[in-house]
Amino acid sequence: MTTNTAPTPSSKTGFLKTLIDGNEGGLKADGLTPAQKLSLRFVVVGLIYFGFAAIEGMLMRIYQIEIISFIGVEQYFGILTAHPLVGIFGSSYMIVFGAFLFVIPFMMKKPLWSLKVGQASFLLIAIGTFTFWFSGFISHYAALYTLYWPLPADFDQFSALGGSFFIAGIALVMVGTLLFVLNVFKSIMYTPEGWEQQPGGALLSSALGFTGFANLFRKEKKEHLVPLPVAAIARGTVDVALNALIITFSGVLILVYMVWHLAGIDLADTAIDALLYKNWYWWGLDLVADGLVLIFVAGTWYLLAMLITGKKLFMQNIARAALAVELIVSWTVWSHHLLSDQAQPAILKIVSGELVTAFELITQGLAIFITLATLWMARPLKMTNELKFLLGGLLGFGLAVPAGIMQADMGLNRILHNTQWIIGPHVHVAIIVGLGMTLYAAIYVLWPLLTNGVKLYSQWMSNVHFWGTLVGGIGMGAFMGMAGLQGMLRRTIYFEGEFTPYMWLAGISGALILIGFVFFMINIIMSVGLKGLLGIFTKSKLDTKDLVPAD
Amino acid sequence: MINSHDVLWGQTLLYTAYVVVMVSVIIWFAYSVTKEGKTSNVSKTFFWGFVAVLVVVGFSLHLVTYNTIPWVKQDLHRGDTVADQQFDIVVENHEFILPAKDMVVQCNELVLFDVTSNDLTYGFGLFRDNNSMVMQMQVVPGHRNDILWKFEENESLTIRSTEYSGPEGFQMIIPDAVNVVGCA
Repeated sequence: MTTNTAPTPSSKTGFLKTLIDGNEGGLKADGLTPAQKLSLRFVVVGLIYFGFAAIEGMLMRIYQIEIISFIGVEQYFGILTAHPLVGIFGSSYMIVFGAFLFVIPFMMKKPLWSLKVGQASFLLIAIGTFTFWFSGFISHYAALYTLYWPLPADFDQFSALGGSFFIAGIALVMVGTLLFVLNVFKSIMYTPEGWEQQPGGALLSSALGFTGFANLFRKEKKEHLVPLPVAAIARGTVDVALNALIITFSGVLILVYMVWHLAGIDLADTAIDALLYKNWYWWGLDLVADGLVLIFVAGTWYLLAMLITGKKLFMQNIARAALAVELIVSWTVWSHHLLSDQAQPAILKIVSGELVTAFELITQGLAIFITLATLWMARPLKMTNELKFLLGGLLGFGLAVPAGIMQADMGLNRILHNTQWIIGPHVHVAIIVGLGMTLYAAIYVLWPLLTNGVKLYSQWMSNVHFWGTLVGGIGMGAFMGMAGLQGMLRRTIYFEGEFTPYMWLAGISGALILIGFVFFMINIIMSVGLKGLLGIFTKSKLDTKDLVPAD
Repeated sequence: MINSHDVLWGQTLLYTAYVVVMVSVIIWFAYSVTKEGKTSNVSKTFFWGFVAVLVVVGFSLHLVTYNTIPWVKQDLHRGDTVADQQFDIVVENHEFILPAKDMVVQCNELVLFDVTSNDLTYGFGLFRDNNSMVMQMQVVPGHRNDILWKFEENESLTIRSTEYSGPEGFQMIIPDAVNVVGCA
């Protein structure tokens, strides 16, 4: 990406002109294809929802330092419920889906199967996220993302009406997600109009890893029809689909209880076994945290390494195999969330909770090694924004995955479960530093293609964003982790200042993340200009299925 | 005898050392990858050696903790163990209902806490005066939630719910509910 050396608006008029028109003319929305606009819409709304999640996170950080008088306890837990869901679905899903709906046609060298279905995904996820966020804000529905049965159907604590809207919002997100899944697989398999018939079955087989598996037993190996990053997207999308089905099923179940309650009939919550529910729900939920995130991230690292170096991936067949192993691991790993559940069978705790989980250290370690080796073999490289954010993302997962492996141990989990250790060094370092910085690297690398070469307004602001996210993300995770090791729980409130010093330091670190993000957004807006930004949401004037304009 | 404080101290040291190494490697890599080098090859032996290290580290962690942290074996075999003392605790409407106001535990005896929830999913945790955790478990309705523990220091412990059970749950704290006596 090309950048100006520094923001040098000569006057207020110059600043306002750049704000409105963008840097050196900014984004010419009229020149964007429908495919570019679709991806940019996903990314822009995803970044706005990241802002929601970041502000909510900071409110909770401040609350842990000193109780905020105008936020009641019910509101606090409402924020705690919405925060991860907005972060995952509203932000991460949106940015990832937008990027992948561009990357798949780019790598497969054929148009997206359906721009209309892509647009429907975008609208459903954007509206669904706002629906559950707003209904949580108004009604204080606060069953957390874990929804441990029978809490989501506890109408002594929560409004059934508010909860119904909350669950309906999640359902909209899931429908949009399933449409994304359809679009991904159809785009891989279909034959565009006027093209020679494509081998749909063979393409799918290659994408899902069946070809690679069969090659193990063949004398004459079949070639991989699908590029490695597309294979990663396809395999991660399998987990996206399974996760959406589980969440939809659980949501319908909860909705049934809510609707009957609103009709004046309370169904017996003992009809659902709380432990069985916890197992199936974590099986589905973990397909995000320990499945699609890790697979998508590995695939994105490989894509970035290839685009940055212009070379083939180091040990790419092993990388393909590792992605297949990760997919299977993601289906069998959920029990590490139930190591402190005494009724959970010991065999599940040991095999699924400990041993299968240990594979994630191997698969993720391999992905980090392969990415670094690919970069190393192409040195010297220029330290571009995409490279530095990629290294930040690798570091984030390099720190967060071992932290997760430690807590997925029966001995350590007994004294770590539900402490700030879990949510600090593991979850937030993985999401903010690992996933977040990987996504920023992807945004930087795709920027010229998505914007037709708009010049970045300020490299200085990009550097502030980089260091704010890296230092703030690791710092926040570290101080939360220290508090967790001292016994501080997550999902609760401390009123006596028991952990205030740690919370101050975590709060300052969180502020660094937010400052970095604000600079990033200012930089993006100043680059494309408000006109260009708004133009993303208007209908494209180019009647083409091509990814980028022909000229 | 090892307690939670010792285990967490060991974990802090190990993880901190790991973080320092990992951050240092990435800083070194970021510097070196922009420079011309004598060689840019990465040997397959190095790659497979790294894989072997991951396998050994990933699986040996559990072997080490199984053999060094006392409550792991104790927990896995609790069904075959007869406790010296047992406390049956009920949780309902965001309240712990204890068998006695002051639950006195004898030092070095095996104590079984059997906690039953009559409504929601809760947590059951014991905490020291300085807020550090001794142990915890989940309390799931409709299932047996029991944990076997041996105490080796005279101390008063606070019971606290370690799982979110709605906005009312954060008040589920009973200070000095368990008193360990008789340690030398």
